[in-house]
Amino acid sequence: MNTVGLANQIVQGILIGGLYALFASGLSISVGVMRFVNIAHGDLIVLVSFLLLALTASLHLPLPLAIAVALPIAFVGGYILQRYLFQRVLGKGILQIVLVTFGLSIIVENFLQGTFGADTERISGGGIETATLALPGGIGIGVLPLMIFVAAVVLIFALDRLLYTTQVGAHIRAVSDDVDAANLVGLSSPRIYAIAMGIVGVTVCISAAFMSVWQNFDPTSGPDRLLTAFEAVVLGGLGSLWGTLLGGIILGVAQAIGAQIDVSWQLLAGHLVFLVIFLIRPQGLFPRY
Amino acid sequence: MSEPLLAVEGLTVVYGQFRALHGVDLHVDAGEIVSVIGANGAGKSSLLKAIVGYAHRAGGTIRLDGTDLRGRSTAQIVKAGIALVPEGRRLFPSLTVEENLAIGRSVGRAGEVTLQTVFDTFPMLAEKRRQPARELSGGQQQMVALGRALLANPRLLLCDEISLGLAPVIVNTLYEIIPTLAHRGIGLLIVEQDISRSLAVADRFYCLLEGSVTLTGRPAEVPRETVTRHYFGL
Repeated sequence: MNTVGLANQIVQGILIGGLYALFASGLSISVGVMRFVNIAHGDLIVLVSFLLLALTASLHLPLPLAIAVALPIAFVGGYILQRYLFQRVLGKGILQIVLVTFGLSIIVENFLQGTFGADTERISGGGIETATLALPGGIGIGVLPLMIFVAAVVLIFALDRLLYTTQVGAHIRAVSDDVDAANLVGLSSPRIYAIAMGIVGVTVCISAAFMSVWQNFDPTSGPDRLLTAFEAVVLGGLGSLWGTLLGGIILGVAQAIGAQIDVSWQLLAGHLVFLVIFLIRPQGLFPRY
Repeated sequence: MSEPLLAVEGLTVVYGQFRALHGVDLHVDAGEIVSVIGANGAGKSSLLKAIVGYAHRAGGTIRLDGTDLRGRSTAQIVKAGIALVPEGRRLFPSLTVEENLAIGRSVGRAGEVTLQTVFDTFPMLAEKRRQPARELSGGQQQMVALGRALLANPRLLLCDEISLGLAPVIVNTLYEIIPTLAHRGIGLLIVEQDISRSLAVADRFYCLLEGSVTLTGRPAEVPRETVTRHYFGL
């Protein structure tokens, strides 16, 4: 293995960490605020990817316009999902919410298989997928991975500002701190949870847009995305958005180095690094709770 | 006779098998300080929680200025003008002092109380406005809890054990504010275990025992011995 090759792989690893951070940012909010793991998180990303596929391939919308159409749908979808489904089982025990989101995951997968078939899909980014920037020293950076990484940083910055400088953000953090106290002083926690899940929907839509151009996906791709997102959230520390970004980067770099050792080691290396850090620091790198 | 600000009639609250309140009648006029005394478990906190729509009401009516509050959520009741300073303060520990106070403003009614009014009342909080509530002393936290309720611009303020666990000097500060609120026309319903403190400030009082009102009157007109007897159910 030469040094340039390794450096190149590490750069690619960092950039793919951006995609993992995009997957994980929404999960980080649902874990940090609503205090449950949405097992269907990955399937929702795939669902929105198929929505974008339908808008671009069937309705022939340009991708940016399709994203603009899908964003409000994803927000409202998240709001409704929380308000009328998840809210009914919140606070009734950990098992109920796990079962409901697990069931949702199965329903989404089957719906997508029934509607779109089991084929592998990809959305065309109009040539941006193959564009590269040549850096000095023989390192090449893909334009799309770079865009994804920048998008992840911008999204996490925006979420951080939303949570820490706006009234709705303060309300979201208040219900996350103490939901009973929030209800007692007149905040409506079901409504605030629903808004938080709407925001998760927006992150899901942005993740889906980038994933569907960069990677192949099919109706069963969801659980892999969930696993990656979950590892990034746990590595970063529950509720810490910037920690989530770092968690994503660690996973991406571990996979890149693993792939250098042997291609079949790529995913395993990521999981192993996760496991080692988790054993040493179970609370994550930047725990908020 | 004009309608009282708060009129509670036949209020019954049940938790599973346990009857926390049984047929409680009570009223508070605008600008009046009414104290509810009673031993631990007499139903004082349940009474306040039922008024803000947080405890499940099994029977009876609660009216604010003649309007029945039946079926309203806590959020709607707070908007209508009832604010609670909950037992144990119940601040949001990771939120700053200012954010905690702002929540009162966003859940309540529009009115004259602003962040600045609260900082004028408790200058100490102005210095700590950017600090998370968890870093404050108990007394300062109670000031934030009271400030948060005041920022909702309530017509009726419910205070649940605001002196509990605090130094006497802090309690004096808090209790000096209560008459000034009544003077502005706010009705106050105060729950305390400290009988002397609460009777000293109250216009009228109710004594609760095992979920029922056993004695009511004006502190000056009822002998202290009678109050003590009813308090302990002797």
